[in-house]
Amino acid sequence: MNIDFFFQYLVAGITYGTIYAIVAIGFNIIYNTTGIINFAQGEFVMLGGMISVALHAFVPLPAAILAAVILTMMIGAIIEILFIRWLANPSVLRMIIITIGISILVRETALHIWGAGVRALPYFTGSEVSAISVGDVHVSPQVLWVIGISAVTVTGLNLFFGRTLPGRQMRACASNRNAARLCGINAKNMVTLSFVLSAGIGALAGCVVSPITYIQYDSGTPLAIKGFTVAILGGLGNSMAAVAAGLILGVLESFSIWIMPTAYKDVISISILLLILFVRPSGLFGNKEAAGLKEF
Amino acid sequence: MLRIKNLDAGYGKLKVLRRISMHVSPGEIVTIIGANGAGKTTLLHAISGLLKNRSGEILFDKREIGSLPPEKIVFLGCSLVPEGRQVFAAMTVLENLLLGSYVQQKQNRDYKVQDQLQKMYELFPRLKERRQQLAGTLSGGEQQMLAIARALMAKPKLIMMDEPSMGLAPLIVKDIFSIVGRLREEGNTVLLIEQNAKAALGIADRGYVLETGRIILEENADELLLNRDVQRAYLGRDLDSETKM
Ligand SMILES: Nc1ncnc2c1ncn2[C@@H]1O[C@H](COP(=O)(O)OP(=O)(O)O)[C@@H](O)[C@H]1O
Ligand SMILES: [Mg+2]
Repeated sequence: MNIDFFFQYLVAGITYGTIYAIVAIGFNIIYNTTGIINFAQGEFVMLGGMISVALHAFVPLPAAILAAVILTMMIGAIIEILFIRWLANPSVLRMIIITIGISILVRETALHIWGAGVRALPYFTGSEVSAISVGDVHVSPQVLWVIGISAVTVTGLNLFFGRTLPGRQMRACASNRNAARLCGINAKNMVTLSFVLSAGIGALAGCVVSPITYIQYDSGTPLAIKGFTVAILGGLGNSMAAVAAGLILGVLESFSIWIMPTAYKDVISISILLLILFVRPSGLFGNKEAAGLKEF
Repeated sequence: MLRIKNLDAGYGKLKVLRRISMHVSPGEIVTIIGANGAGKTTLLHAISGLLKNRSGEILFDKREIGSLPPEKIVFLGCSLVPEGRQVFAAMTVLENLLLGSYVQQKQNRDYKVQDQLQKMYELFPRLKERRQQLAGTLSGGEQQMLAIARALMAKPKLIMMDEPSMGLAPLIVKDIFSIVGRLREEGNTVLLIEQNAKAALGIADRGYVLETGRIILEENADELLLNRDVQRAYLGRDLDSETKM
């Protein structure tokens, strides 16, 4: 085994891992405020990527990304208001079916609008061939963008939930919905806000990752599966654990190429998902106490 | 301040409260005593809006609130300290209090969060010491104090408390009741719901007795304390053996 290859794989693993983590955080935000697993989470990532590519034909890159994120947030709000908000006390099964239905609807709409072609934003800086080299390890600049923007997103979310009024109100709703309402908090608006937020960070992830992974109308599903695996691995609802779990899954997948054909890469996450569900349903970092103190 | 006429409430087909009529005037401590399952919590949930299945008249400050959701009713100045405390366990004491202040921050420009926080810390020095601690790690009594303080942060016109003494050690119960007494001295209006009839009637001005969803007695608190039926049913005095002696 060559040490340079080792680092090359490690970097690739970290790159994918951060994206999985971001998708997992999207799951967690909605799960924490509603108890719902939003199976359309991957579609937000796809929408962010597709919309930004479409807009980039007319406007510069930063504007295209910003607009794509905002548009996806609005779509998130519309989805919540149309399909979720008016349900009185939906059962978990009903919510699963509804969110899967939403994901199919979004995917088919995307197919109708953009066709089945593969798209991508250009590299934010540099190009496919440019690389930042440390010794014999070559890192694409886009990888640094992915990691950097993900880190900023996670930090921003932490500040939002820890320091701002709406962030605290969302946590209060997650902790005890009735008590939150007795503090004058409109719980339904908090649910909408959680969809908006999840859609926004999903879309941002879709924008930054598209130059590396490319994106098409059905890219959401595999990402959702990976993100869901990571969310479960970290312990549902726990976003800092999701970051760690995301990195673990990303790196594992990356190194699996050494011992298995690339085509089997996805088997890793499914196996981990099943294994965790059987052995430690509360996640790697979950314990009874943490389950009692539900946090973002 | 609060006036209820012919309130019926329940869960689905189950009717719990039947034709409840009662009122609370400004500056009063009114208590509602009743056994476990009498419908005390249901009544407070109906007033605060948590329970939608209600009919009849609920007037707060002469305004009909029977159709409003809880988050609107708090904004009118009617706060509930829910049964079993229900603090935000994974948040700090300070964050809990700040969430309580949202109502005032949103509608009252002159409201100073820091001033109100200081008042709460004065009333509950324990909370000041523990303001950076997670609420879930507080003792039961401290959580009850936090739940009361969180409601008071909203400067409610009426504060309703659902069994604040539940599950607490006698010494702490005494603390809590002395705080309720202090609230009245400061001009607050309190609707206190209790199973601990003796302590509740001890500080209240008036009392109602709730039995299986109906109000069966309404009297000044000291008269209720002397009422033979109340003594037998709620104060645990064995009158028959006392008269024999
Ligand atoms: N969520 C609920 N669904 C159905 N029945 C309930 C519910 N909550 C309370 N009840 C019933 O309503 C009655 C009154 O309960 P409650 O108001 O909690 O009494 P209390 O607070 O006086 O102990 C009880 O018979 C109880 O079983
Ligand atoms: Mg009760």
